[in-house]
Order: sequence, then C-alpha cells, then structure tokens
Amino acid sequence: MPETVTLVVNGVSVEMPVGSMVSAAILKTGIYAFRRSATGETRGPLCGMGICFECRVVIDGEPHCRSCQTVCKDGMDVRTDG
Amino acid sequence: MDKVHPVCDVLVVGAGPAGLAAAWRAAASGMRVSVVDDNPAAGGQIWRGEQTKPSSAEAQQWLERIRTVDIQMINGARVFQQPEARMLLAETSEGVCELKYQSLVLATGARERFLPFPGWTLPNVMGAGGLQALVKTGLPIEGKRVVVAGSGPLLLAVAAYLRRRGAEVLVIAEQASSLQLARFGIGLFSKSSQAFALKRQLKGVPYRSGCWVVAAYGDEKLERVTLVRGGKHWEVACDYLACGFHLLPNLELAELLACAVGNGSVIVDEFQQTTVSQIYSAGEATGIGGLELSLVEGEIAGLAAAGKRDEARNLFPIREKHRKFAELLNRTFALRDELKHLVAPETIVCRCEDVTFERLRTHSSWRAAKLQTRCGMGPCQGRVCGGAVEFLFGWRAESVRPPALPVRVESLIRGVTE
Repeated sequence: MPETVTLVVNGVSVEMPVGSMVSAAILKTGIYAFRRSATGETRGPLCGMGICFECRVVIDGEPHCRSCQTVCKDGMDVRTDG
Repeated sequence: MDKVHPVCDVLVVGAGPAGLAAAWRAAASGMRVSVVDDNPAAGGQIWRGEQTKPSSAEAQQWLERIRTVDIQMINGARVFQQPEARMLLAETSEGVCELKYQSLVLATGARERFLPFPGWTLPNVMGAGGLQALVKTGLPIEGKRVVVAGSGPLLLAVAAYLRRRGAEVLVIAEQASSLQLARFGIGLFSKSSQAFALKRQLKGVPYRSGCWVVAAYGDEKLERVTLVRGGKHWEVACDYLACGFHLLPNLELAELLACAVGNGSVIVDEFQQTTVSQIYSAGEATGIGGLELSLVEGEIAGLAAAGKRDEARNLFPIREKHRKFAELLNRTFALRDELKHLVAPETIVCRCEDVTFERLRTHSSWRAAKLQTRCGMGPCQGRVCGGAVEFLFGWRAESVRPPALPVRVESLIRGVTE
C-alpha cells in the first residue's frame, strides 16, 4: 500500500496518496464547485497547473490558495466556497 | 521568513525539460546553478509526478542526470518581480526569496489555449492537460466517462494516459481536418515510434478529425456535450470534458524583463539568448515545439550561459531537425475559423471577472476592453482569456507590469522597498 495522508475538506475526512494535490482531494470527496464566480456561477479547476486561479479555496484559514499547486498534508483543513 | 539565496552563476526559471537540460549543462560546465519553479516538484507539466517513477526512458535519463550534478532546486516558488538588475524575487509559502544571478535562463514553458463556447465555465470542463495534471496528482478517474477535445498532439497523449488509469474515453474530437492530419502523419511517423505506441494504447477509442465541441450542458456541473462533425450534431453524456486547443508560450516573465517577443514567443538568437544580454530562453516559451526541441534548446542555452559556445554550436543541427518538426506541428494544428463562432452573446470570455462576449465585441482593442469591462484584470491576469481574445478579436496584450502574478501584500511591500 502506498503511504497516505488524511485531510479534511468541508468537514469531511479524505485519504490521499502522499504527494497528491488538494484540488484532487476536493474532487475525490465529490465536491465540484470550488468557488463562486463574480456573478455567482459554480466553478472548478480548469488548467490544473496554477495559471487560471479557478481552483482557489481556503486552506488552513488562508484564502485564495490555488488548490492545484498545494500538496496535501496530514490534518490540513480545506474549505471551498461553492 | 524572507530568505536570501547565495548568488548563482546561472539561474534557471522553470524545472521542465528545457530548464532541467539547461541546468544540467551549465552545472556540468562548472557553473553554480539554481533552478526555481512554481510547482512543488521538478519535471514541468510533462514529467509531473515522475520523480520516483518515470514514465519513459527519456524522463528517467534526465531526472537521473539532474541528480548527478550539484544544483540548488527551489520548488514552490513563483517569480513575480525584478527589483534591480540581475535579481529576481519569488514568493514561497515561507515568504519572499531573493535570487541573484549572473546569467538567467527563462524556461517558463507553455499553457493550454482555451477557447470559449457555451458551457465552458461549468465545473468538470477542464483543459486536456488540466485533467491529466489532476489525475497525475491524485484524482481517481477509474470508470469515469471522458470526452477529450480541442486540438494538438497533447489530446492523444492525454487520452492514452487517462485510459491507462481506467477512464472510459468516449471520443477524441480533433478540430484539425483529416487532410491536415494526413500531412502531419507523414512527419510524425518518420520521427518516432511514440505515435505507434499511442495508436495501440488508444485502440477502440474513436478519433474524430474535423470535429469539435459546440456546447457543454449541465445543472451546476457538466452532464453532457454537443459535438459537431461535417455539419452533423450529436450529444454525448460524460463526467469530464478535457478540452484544450494546442499550447501557448508563457511570456509574462520575459516581457516583465523587457525581452522582445514576436509571433507569440520569446525572440532568441542562435545561442538562445534573448534581446537582453545574459538572459536566455529555451523550450516552449520560444515557440511550441515539443519535448525534443525543448531539451536541445535547453542544452544550448545552458552551455551558452556557461560560456561554452563551441559545444553549444555542436547541437545546432539537432535543434534544426526538431524545429522542422515543430513547424509542421504548428501548421497542422492551426485553428479553424468556425471556432470563432461558438460563443453566444452571453458566453463568458473572461472567467475571472465574468465578462461576456457581448460586452467585449463593441471594443476595438484589449486595452479599451480592459478599461471598460475589466476583461483580463482578474487573478489570472489574462492568462486564460488572452489566448481567446487574440483568436476571437485579434487583440494582443500590450504590456506586463509587476507583479507578474498575484502575490501577498507583504511580498509586494518587499518588492517595492527593495
């Protein structure tokens, strides 16, 4: 078995292989709306490489974190705004 | 905490193939080399997540090579400003780091070109490379229904990868015509056996040329897409749409450093030097050309930055060969005009500020549109809509001003007081 880490997304625990990104963990929990756009549309990741900023979420209290560029860590608290 | 790194001889921005090749050549020539990259690990997009298990002999060779030389790797750091000559500032989770250099190699790579169509802002509509990156970094895709669409050789690589990971790839929709592709086929097969391997891996997956997505539908997230081919429309229910229209060079940092840009790429001389002395550029930033061209350009840039011009010159013929392939590639996957007419008046073009096509089309330039609508002024700073408005309206970005990326206020203050 590969090593895993466990983080919390909107209050739900999710186990991910070491080295996974937060964006993948969010989608794995079944959440597709990462944020609301300027006019209230639901949005999720687009580019997967830190360019588009559509996947930004709150990580450990810090807002506007690009979840596709943030590696999952044990105990991390992730909140989406969708 | 702020961190000052020791001065290096050669600083490389970007740890993809071109950057690693430049770093390896420069370090092997006795230079003190640092590599700075936005991602948590080296490898760029193509070798993402392959540090421990490379997907090809080539990836393995390069990732091993880079470990044989003494290089300072600075991962998870985004370069945003040059406060003075020969110094860059990068933001990390710990603060700002100062990077002083003698020579600089810009290997900033490329991003996907996205084109707007009704429904393209729905969650689970992603770039082709975008979905691949997510799967590479932990998204389970087994049993998911995926439509791969857009243009370029990346679609095949992505489809094959997703299939290996258990996805049900329903169709690959390539906008280029079969005639264009037939010409490319000749060049492709003469070049490598990779194409054959891909073909085998994609057995049974329909590859439709002259075919594209006209709309995506769903209630809050993607449920189905409409495809068109030869005037015929049909719907396909799917979980993900992986859609990208070939690639665009990342030019922001080069422009910030006043390196001249032409035809959408960084202008370089035969030694990969930009129009600014001691600043080199290699790989996709200097024009989309694929892995092999990126590697050899990186090697040339690394050698030239180390003052080994004769050794660099020995690699020119290899570069020439790969450049020919790149030209063929870019001709083949040129975008068709029909794609300009997918947008509806209410289709969002700028996703950061939710600016619709209707609000943009009355303007005469991107500058005018920006001032009136805030198009391209959100967090991505036009990185997504820039490629779209260029294709739709012929508008080009005019200037890049610091910071090159959104950064924390503390980082900005640091950049100003420097």
